[in-house]
Amino acid sequence: MTDGPIVRTIGLTKRYGPIVALDGLDLEVPRGVVFGLLGPNGAGKTTTIRLLTGLARPTAGRAEVAGVAAGPDTPELQRRIGYLDQDPRFYGWMRGRELLELVGRLHGLRGARLRDRVADTLARVGLSDAAERRIGGYSGGMRQRLGIGQAIVAEPELLILDEPVSSLDPEGRRDLLALVGELRASSTVVFSTHVLGDVERVCDRVAILDHGRLVTDGPLDALLDEYAGPVYRLDPEPGQPAQVAALVAALDAADWVTTVVLDGGVVSVSVRDPATGGRALLAAVVDAGVALVGFERQRPTLEDVFLRLVGRDRDRDGAAA
Amino acid sequence: MSGLAGFGVLLRKELLEAVRTFRLPIVVGLFAVVGIGSPLLARFTPEIVEALAGDMGIPVPTPTVEAAIDQLLKNIAQFGGLTAILLAMGSVAAEKERGTAALLLTKPVGRAAFLGAKVAALGLVLLAAVAVATVGGWIYTAILFEAPSVGGFAGLGVLVWLSLFAYAVITFVASTLTRSALAAAGIGFVALVGLGIASAFPEVGRFLPPGLSGPARALALGGGAEVAVPVSAAVVLLVACLGVAWAAFRRQEL
Repeated sequence: MTDGPIVRTIGLTKRYGPIVALDGLDLEVPRGVVFGLLGPNGAGKTTTIRLLTGLARPTAGRAEVAGVAAGPDTPELQRRIGYLDQDPRFYGWMRGRELLELVGRLHGLRGARLRDRVADTLARVGLSDAAERRIGGYSGGMRQRLGIGQAIVAEPELLILDEPVSSLDPEGRRDLLALVGELRASSTVVFSTHVLGDVERVCDRVAILDHGRLVTDGPLDALLDEYAGPVYRLDPEPGQPAQVAALVAALDAADWVTTVVLDGGVVSVSVRDPATGGRALLAAVVDAGVALVGFERQRPTLEDVFLRLVGRDRDRDGAAA
Repeated sequence: MSGLAGFGVLLRKELLEAVRTFRLPIVVGLFAVVGIGSPLLARFTPEIVEALAGDMGIPVPTPTVEAAIDQLLKNIAQFGGLTAILLAMGSVAAEKERGTAALLLTKPVGRAAFLGAKVAALGLVLLAAVAVATVGGWIYTAILFEAPSVGGFAGLGVLVWLSLFAYAVITFVASTLTRSALAAAGIGFVALVGLGIASAFPEVGRFLPPGLSGPARALALGGGAEVAVPVSAAVVLLVACLGVAWAAFRRQEL
């Protein structure tokens, strides 16, 4: 049981009346990774998380966490999970330390072990000094850090974070991402977001959802190689607008070019195949008579993958409509 | 038994919440006022009426221990019933509305334990309040009239608590079924009024929570009372209500 994926969903479907929030999701999350769940608003990320945590029931299909079927009223499932909601709510009358103690006790921690875990967690999320203050007086960032704390205090096998950086300032965001990186050693982390840069920084694997369906999933590097074609950046010398316009028009018409963008005098060119692109691109520059001060091949980003996959689906849907 | 996982921890949290939010001290304080004030009101009603009526000469019977107990039962039934509704109205609905139910129910907590801890805390808060009112009522009745039977007065306290707890649990079910504390309070209030009207018919009334006041009065006055039927009926009502709450809540999405 411990060798299999920590999360497995099979045909997981959730409908709210006529709206299909999640449509036959088949997904596996291996143990020991930081897994990014990506997608635009309404893609089905939060629905997936609500089904995994037992807050909602599937309309069809099933989900398992560490071999335990997910659903409401399943303490065996929740024993394996630490969860941070995208808008975490707490008891305002409670003190920060008391919340962590409550969660620790619910997970079966007692005595010195509980005290040590709570103290360590408070230090880890930077709330040691505010531990005896009422949560009602915490700032938004402090609440978010407390939310992380209650999710990790019992050292769960699986940590599920729904949009965890949404209300953090840049410093808090950096600290959280560093913490997620550290947690990789002890937990599997499933992390939903639409901040692609954060995913590139900490995730090993990603799944992209759109319109409730899985568009793709796999190791981050493999997705970058598979879906993001190389992008070349051409920096022409100033004072040759006619030649640059001719170059852009020629590239636009070439079948080996995916997209051409002229922005601030710099031309960015996506090509289908790096080998052809490298050769043909320079030939096109020479043909257009453009003198360059810079030419480089840029590393593709997750944003390129995301926009290509999600954008392509949008175009298809638009055409179908 | 996994449905009851976390019951003890959650009950402790509920009781701490009752203290920290001043719910427990306020309710106990108000019940103390009712308990002490009822025999006082019964004892000094003739003087109050005389002072207000002036020369009109309205005849008022000489107050007795029966009048003190009637006053206590009437005040607790009215004030206590409303308090029970107010205590229970937000138990589950407000937690669903605020999102704190989701915080707890994504932890290793059975939904039966979540509901059970709330009901137990409700019962304990009402028990503390009724106990204070009963003790205060007995002391002032003893000072102003004559000492009633201790055992009989304790019996009055138990039956009063059972009837108030029934109103709290009816409201609790409504709080579980809806997402609005106000709607739950409305249902609880309708039940309070409806049961009060229905209990005017003796054949039906002895099976309803208001029907517990007759045996409570008889016990407090040191007489015997037939309590098996009204107590059993109240217990059946409580169990049925809790069953409905659990059946609805265990599959609810949050």
